[in-house]
Amino acid sequence: MEERDLRQLIGQVKAGHLSRRSFVQMMVGLGLTAPMAGQLLASAGVAQAQTKTAPYKPTKRGGGGQLKTLWWQGATLLNPHFATGTKDQDGSRIFYEPLASWDPDGNLSPNLAAEIPTVQNGGVSKDGRSVTWKLKKGVVWHDGKPFTADDCVFTAEWVADPATASRNINTYKDLKVEKIDSHTIKVTFKKPTPFWADAFVGVGGMVLPKHAFEAYKGDKSREAPANLKPIGTGPYKYVDFKPGDMVRGELFSGYHMPNRPFFDTIEMKGGGDAVSAARAVIQTGEFDYAWNMQVEDEILKRLEQGGKGKADIVSGGNIEHIQINFTDPNKDVDGERSSLKAPHPFLTDPAVRQALNLLVDRASVQEQIYGRTGIATANFLNQPARYASKATKYEFNVEKASQILEAAGWKKGSDGIRAKDGKRLKMLYQTSINAPRQKTQAIVKQAAAKAGIEMELKSVTASVFFSSDVANPDTYAHFSTDIQMFTTTMTQPDPELFMLQFTSWEAASKDNKWQGRNITRWRSEEYDKLFRSAESELDPVKRAALFIKMNELVIQNVVVIPVVFRPRVAAVATTLRMEQSGWDSDFWALHNWYREA
Amino acid sequence: MSKYFIRRLLILIPVLAGISLVLFTILALAPGDPFEELATNPNVPPEVRANLRAQFGLDDPIAVRYVRWFTSMIRGDWGFSFVSRVNVVTLIMQRLPTTIAVIGSAQLLGLLIAIPIGVYSATRPYSLFDQIATTCAFLGFSLPTFFTGLLFILFFSIYLDWLPFIYRADITATGWRWWWEHIRQAIMPVAVLGLAQAASMTRFMRSAVLDVIQLDYVRTARAKGLAERITIVKHVVRNALIPVVTLISLQVPTIFAGALITEQIFRVPGIGSLLISSILANDTPVVMAITFVFSALVVLFSLIADLLYGWLDPRISYR
Repeated sequence: MEERDLRQLIGQVKAGHLSRRSFVQMMVGLGLTAPMAGQLLASAGVAQAQTKTAPYKPTKRGGGGQLKTLWWQGATLLNPHFATGTKDQDGSRIFYEPLASWDPDGNLSPNLAAEIPTVQNGGVSKDGRSVTWKLKKGVVWHDGKPFTADDCVFTAEWVADPATASRNINTYKDLKVEKIDSHTIKVTFKKPTPFWADAFVGVGGMVLPKHAFEAYKGDKSREAPANLKPIGTGPYKYVDFKPGDMVRGELFSGYHMPNRPFFDTIEMKGGGDAVSAARAVIQTGEFDYAWNMQVEDEILKRLEQGGKGKADIVSGGNIEHIQINFTDPNKDVDGERSSLKAPHPFLTDPAVRQALNLLVDRASVQEQIYGRTGIATANFLNQPARYASKATKYEFNVEKASQILEAAGWKKGSDGIRAKDGKRLKMLYQTSINAPRQKTQAIVKQAAAKAGIEMELKSVTASVFFSSDVANPDTYAHFSTDIQMFTTTMTQPDPELFMLQFTSWEAASKDNKWQGRNITRWRSEEYDKLFRSAESELDPVKRAALFIKMNELVIQNVVVIPVVFRPRVAAVATTLRMEQSGWDSDFWALHNWYREA
Repeated sequence: MSKYFIRRLLILIPVLAGISLVLFTILALAPGDPFEELATNPNVPPEVRANLRAQFGLDDPIAVRYVRWFTSMIRGDWGFSFVSRVNVVTLIMQRLPTTIAVIGSAQLLGLLIAIPIGVYSATRPYSLFDQIATTCAFLGFSLPTFFTGLLFILFFSIYLDWLPFIYRADITATGWRWWWEHIRQAIMPVAVLGLAQAASMTRFMRSAVLDVIQLDYVRTARAKGLAERITIVKHVVRNALIPVVTLISLQVPTIFAGALITEQIFRVPGIGSLLISSILANDTPVVMAITFVFSALVVLFSLIADLLYGWLDPRISYR
């Protein structure tokens, strides 16, 4: 898809010929995120759709009793900017709010902002260098102090301080936040930034109260009492917190939205495992909501028959994929395996990679292993390829794979394994220990054997595989095998950081202690050029077209083999009314949750 | 006696130091690091992780880290959790009451079942009752707690829908309701642990009573015309309890450590589940504190058991 086609599509949406929703779905199919697609429309002057949540029925605040939620990993701290995982972000989101959140369609929905900035209302500057946020008036913190622009300015400074060591530092370090008046802030970027809705938005955007954190800056940030006893602006205020076990909150009577919240108390219980959490919500009804149901679909379906709850599935940015090593894992160059100086003996041959791509039976993986919780895809970034361009179709065809290999000169030996110039097609395939992954490995191995490729399987404990241990060769970043598989998460709506992982300068190596993000060590001048131009491209449509091209390049060259796209699955009690968003915290619209009798 | 006691106490110091050294080295050698989730998140720059590692002193050599840990531990500073950034002592104290309540009542339940059944079985060896009790006991300790736990959940929570299977330490109700809710949710974990405990204790109690019941003074008591009940309670059980008491005192430390698996199944927020999640998160200070306190308690209570022997049986003397 070219820039011209994109413009045409946007024009169709503008004229009302194409629905907003299907445009977003199309973009997602092309590897863009829903929020980014929403931004495309906004920049073209298509009015931001009103967030279409189901109508909120309660007519008064409170009276809803207890809301019991279950996270099988308990929150360990309640400062969103120190969060080590989604569990901590979700725990914090009960109490804190950002200026705006991402709804399931990728629209911005205001929380502490009075309105969403656009080019039309003058909030977003034409040169892409600044955004002006108007803050909601009359908002108070849980301790009664008013919420003002000072809090936003302070939060940005606090997070951007390297001594604070916040996980969100990337979002805030290159921008300047100024106070215009008590309820207006101006965010200025160092360089033109087409995707401005990052700071103060979503999970990384929660605003901290200046008065509670002022005395705890930089090195002392760890000691702030509010890290464990949050004071926020959210619908529920802090009651009690036991790290790893329980977060409790109660209705905040001064909440800034009318008739909200519905529940009198909220609790977020942690620990245990996903299957029993699903049971507690769907089968016994002990709890109202459970997060991240990494449970086989078969089990979920069986539990759902009781009718007390159901699995709620929504698309997000997780993709289970196989990475191909472009360097030789079996050759030691200066004490480094998979070194950039030693190209892989056979995986650098495009024919072998194409054959591999044809040997991954995605349909069976979806059907037999993941069900509703993993949807076969050919696209690296997102969602099923329903609207994807021709370049990103997937196919399972052992015959064709054999033909490609045969044509490229890989002939079967007496043992049934193909070889060429003395190099045999034998590869080591690693992943982390996780039942669905081992089953997927087996399916791939079987098909590969039919085409004359021998695969040896290896599984590594997740805590080792995903660690950043420099000395351990079994981490995914060291990549000491020929191919490997895991789920990568796109945490940010903007694909720029995500696509950074295929640029040549990011190649993981001994020199950067394997912290480089390009793990496949694939290097392409063309891709680098596209990325460089996307970095500075201001026109959102041109930029989107560049990302789509990058995605196609990665797929066509079979740098990675996407397997299944994994939507977010939650267990929800039948009576609970709520909406999940794949682009934000589970609690992004907690203020709208209520129970229907 | 006091000389012996002081000598034993002095030996404890190098023993505990040795234990802590071994624990620390093993933990330091184990793969992984506490900032694993940051590593897989593309949005977090590597410098943040490096900065955190430096802040928490993870880049220093093991020896330096050990000495730092040991000296501050002696000063009573157990450090703070890398993950939740809470002081380790606070974390442990938050979970200790639940652990003591659940594991303590399980131990108590185990004793209440084991002692009467063990004694009764021993007085009528190979009777029908003894056969049934023995069968149950063998069944009890051959079934692992995670299995009985799941069976209980399936039967009482899912099939009958009587009991909740998620333990919540914070129950907002007050008065009778508070007690009722707490008892209701504690029934299953306590029963699972207590029954497993009772199984082995019953066997132990039975053999101790069998040993004593054949002794001459019991025959004398019976010949004297004492009622059977009095003979058993006053002369047999009392003496048979001596080895059982030491066994119990050696089990006291496990009350602190909690029950790893059972706590995980029922989501009991005890020390066991804290230990498991800390190990999975590579949260060294917490793991060190729990394992060290546990080993200190084991060492201490074995000393107490030794001293109790001498007190219960005057024929044993220490020099």
